[in-house]
Amino acid sequence: MGLLDKEFSEGNIVIANVEDLLNWARLSSVWQLGFGLACCAIEMMATSMSHYDFDRFGVIPRNTPRQADAIIISGTVTLKMAIRIKRLYEQMSEPKYIISMGSCSNCGGPYWQHGYHVLKGIDRVIPVDVYVPGCPPRPEALLEGLLKLQEKIRNESLRVKST
Amino acid sequence: MMNAEEIFNLLTQNFNNAIVGLDKDTPVEPIISVDPLQIHNVSKFLRENENLQFDSLMCLSGVDDANGEKTKLEDGSEIIKGGTLSVYYNLHSVSLKHKITLKVSAPREDPKVESVENVWKCANWHEREAFDLLGIVFLNHPDLRRILMPYDWDDFAEDISKHPLRKDYQNPEFYQGMKVPY
Repeated sequence: MGLLDKEFSEGNIVIANVEDLLNWARLSSVWQLGFGLACCAIEMMATSMSHYDFDRFGVIPRNTPRQADAIIISGTVTLKMAIRIKRLYEQMSEPKYIISMGSCSNCGGPYWQHGYHVLKGIDRVIPVDVYVPGCPPRPEALLEGLLKLQEKIRNESLRVKST
Repeated sequence: MMNAEEIFNLLTQNFNNAIVGLDKDTPVEPIISVDPLQIHNVSKFLRENENLQFDSLMCLSGVDDANGEKTKLEDGSEIIKGGTLSVYYNLHSVSLKHKITLKVSAPREDPKVESVENVWKCANWHEREAFDLLGIVFLNHPDLRRILMPYDWDDFAEDISKHPLRKDYQNPEFYQGMKVPY
């Protein structure tokens, strides 16, 4: 599936089909929105730092949703924040992906019963591509989540958004 | 430095009808009960009297005493009628190094308490929080808005779902189209 498996011909020309080329470009530069919510955001920042180095997968934070490809929902989503997140998501341009990081944004986490202020899962507001379990997930888990997202993008076709 | 009994006696001399009582049988600090509609004058006195000098309001907390008549509903939830909501004031004097706790109780159906915002400025946000989460109305507060919950929460909440730290609180079904319960 990798782009470089394709045939090289004379004159440094790579032959690939458009779908593979586009998918390879997209999955190799998943620019995330610089956006964190709670303790998961600390782990997300640790993942971006040199020890785990998110950048080696092409993930770099962008400061505006209009230039971002992915948003990592990293933390407890309050009802107040959910409205803002929805707006941020709507401001991102297609194709856009969502990683839900940690128990809180997956399903409400420890606030599932008595959290009067917490949205019980970000998927009630926006569509999620990859769920990363944990409270908070270790950086390895978030990296695994990113690899899953890359796998998803690699299998996309131009006709259907994802498989 | 004065102990709780001396403070209580000094207060009763100056405000005999505003001071409800002294409770010494508490685990941590003795509590002086005050009339909720006269707490402002009492606070002002506590701050300005030279033997008291309570210059610091360490904390102001609202409490649902849940001491009214409780009715169990079919779904297991409870409704409380009557009883009181209380506000506790933890005071400290930095210069004289003594402490006291005040308490006011207001009826649950119409909880009105005088604001002490112009005695201790830090009471402003504390009172907004007690108003937001318990529905205690602070009279003469300059800016009594919700502080934590969304401003438009009331539009989506019934009476029982307006103030989340009341003991008989129930979640509204939806807020801005988002389902609230699990």
